[in-house]
Amino acid sequence: MTEWLERHVPKMVLAPSFVAVLIFVYGFIIWTGWVSLTRSKLMPKYEIKGFIQYDRLFASPRWDTAMDNLFIFGGLFIGISLILGLFLAILLDQKIRAEGALRTIYLYPMALSMIVTGTAWKWIMNPGLGIEATVRSWGFESFTFNWITDPNMAIYAVVIAAVWQASGFVMALFLAGLRSVDEEIIKAAQVDGIPTWRIYSAIIIPSMAPIFLSAFIVLAHLAIKSFDLVIALTGGGPGYATDLPATYMYAMAFSRGDIGQAASSAMVMMGVVFTIVVPYLYSELRAKHD
Amino acid sequence: MKKSVFAAAVVASLVASNAVKAEPQAEVLHWWTSGGEAKSVAVLQKEFADNGGTWTDMPVAGGGGDAAMTALRARVLSGNAPTAVQLKGPAIAEWYEEGVLADISDVAEAQGWADVLPASIAGHMKCEGTWCAAPVNVHRIDWIWANADILKANDIAMPNTWAEFNAAADKLQAAGVIPLAHGGQAWQDATVFEAVALGLGGADFFQKAFVDLDMDTLKSDQMVEVFDQMRKLRGYVDGNFSGRDWNLATAMVMNGEAAFQIMGDWAKGEFLAAGKVPGEDFLCVSTPGDGFLYSVDSFAMFNVDGDDKQNGQKLLAELIVGKSFQKVFNLNKGSIPARTDVALDEFDSCAHTSAADMAASNSGGSLLPSYAHGMALRGAQAGAITDVVTAHFNSDMSSAEAVQMLADAVANSL
Repeated sequence: MTEWLERHVPKMVLAPSFVAVLIFVYGFIIWTGWVSLTRSKLMPKYEIKGFIQYDRLFASPRWDTAMDNLFIFGGLFIGISLILGLFLAILLDQKIRAEGALRTIYLYPMALSMIVTGTAWKWIMNPGLGIEATVRSWGFESFTFNWITDPNMAIYAVVIAAVWQASGFVMALFLAGLRSVDEEIIKAAQVDGIPTWRIYSAIIIPSMAPIFLSAFIVLAHLAIKSFDLVIALTGGGPGYATDLPATYMYAMAFSRGDIGQAASSAMVMMGVVFTIVVPYLYSELRAKHD
Repeated sequence: MKKSVFAAAVVASLVASNAVKAEPQAEVLHWWTSGGEAKSVAVLQKEFADNGGTWTDMPVAGGGGDAAMTALRARVLSGNAPTAVQLKGPAIAEWYEEGVLADISDVAEAQGWADVLPASIAGHMKCEGTWCAAPVNVHRIDWIWANADILKANDIAMPNTWAEFNAAADKLQAAGVIPLAHGGQAWQDATVFEAVALGLGGADFFQKAFVDLDMDTLKSDQMVEVFDQMRKLRGYVDGNFSGRDWNLATAMVMNGEAAFQIMGDWAKGEFLAAGKVPGEDFLCVSTPGDGFLYSVDSFAMFNVDGDDKQNGQKLLAELIVGKSFQKVFNLNKGSIPARTDVALDEFDSCAHTSAADMAASNSGGSLLPSYAHGMALRGAQAGAITDVVTAHFNSDMSSAEAVQMLADAVANSL
């Protein structure tokens, strides 16, 4: 009996969450996929009509903008956050005074919700209230910083706010990575008279590859599901210049009563996530088998 | 055990006695949760209670009704629809097609709604010939609000044509005043756009383009002109307009920073709340051109079981269109009554203009539903048009490009 329990209790304990995930994640993915093949409008319908929703999606200029923005925003956000986070981590790693306090200061933005970040940066970057108005009041009359109201630049304004929010977190990840590198190797390198920058570029950073990967995965999924930041910062505007796939999907499903269209955009978003996550999972699983 | 049997018996008898009397009950889903709006709903709530009804309030705030619609979808899917729901325009027909709306024709006929409501507004309340919704108010969209002092100081009269408006705006701009207070949000761009379209193209053009979605009209030279005027207007707003809320734009007119605002009559509430007097401090006239764009709030009645709820529905419908509610509610909300036989003595001069224009345009055939406020088109089509309007307004797209994009977007949304 105890043997039987030992064997089956873990399964029984895990079963409810397994069932929940099966239904609420995979079940609803299938449901969304199904609805994306129908002409559902206000309410879901289940009569399959083919790929018409995808045709409509790819013909929509607003969706094009949303996808372009995802790549601009995602690329810059991930890239800049990684570089800035690594840079901050290396600076903090120099055995400086008050490291704990500094680390906390840089980590604090992560404690804010994206809504707060978005609202604060909306005011900071507003040409009539924030940086532009302040610098002009100092006498630099021709100073302009109006990215947030310029449809061609607004997406970069979103990147600024997002990087501010996330780079401290990336820094913390990297700092932990830097600290986990074997002291002995570093000391040996120092004894050999290798310059510090070489120690970082040839020894420490290469040995942190797994940290890069985790930071990348965390940032990538933050980028793809970004919604609240855009809503708070620009509301998708000017026009729909800062629309992202998530805000597009929300608009279709909840403001326009176009559920089929929303479902097809959700499926495309999932495809993008898969193309990023699947190679990662694959490499993880392979590493374990080796 | 005994106790629970007893309790069950008590509950059963209560339910039974309720069923016998069938006291009117109504669960009302709405999104009127802010200051003046909440006050307006409280009026209805009180009248309902005074007539022996039990009102269950279900306010769902957020997203200009989006959150409420999500709640409604969940309720209908689970087979437990609210008694009455704040719905407007084609959304009523959309829900009717789902087969969930109730028929309130007996109330409508007993109360003679057809005689007191303008025909085109009554049309929105009917689903294939039966009455399925009750109108609450009429908001006029195509208003232009102006700061009286600025106009006087610059010797400008209220414009009657868009050419006059442009001339006035150029003059103001030269004098260092922002001609047009505007908030760069998609729905505000759309509000201005439809006022321009009605003014330049006239009622027929508007009807064909934004109600019938006639492709030739959408692609016409007239539409190019409308976009040209939008480009002009873009030059008359200040550089900081992106994302500004409409009431902040109204405040700019109030404070003398800007001369004009094009906005529905809810803007009047902002002026009045600040103690401004219509005709003296601020001016309200319709935007250049003939016609009247309306947005009518209404309550649609859903299929419910039980005499108590159905009685509640009937009572509610009767009260909503009743004279006293139409008056008190609209005094609070800033709109005008949907029924045409309510005495307007207590209303201000803007409301008088609105009511007179509604009557005139009703007989002249230019009483038209607002597309920007969800009266003329379903969400997908209206959204597609708004996307183009806001993309054009916020970029340097040419009018010809915009017109092509408009036709494509509308075709894609069908």
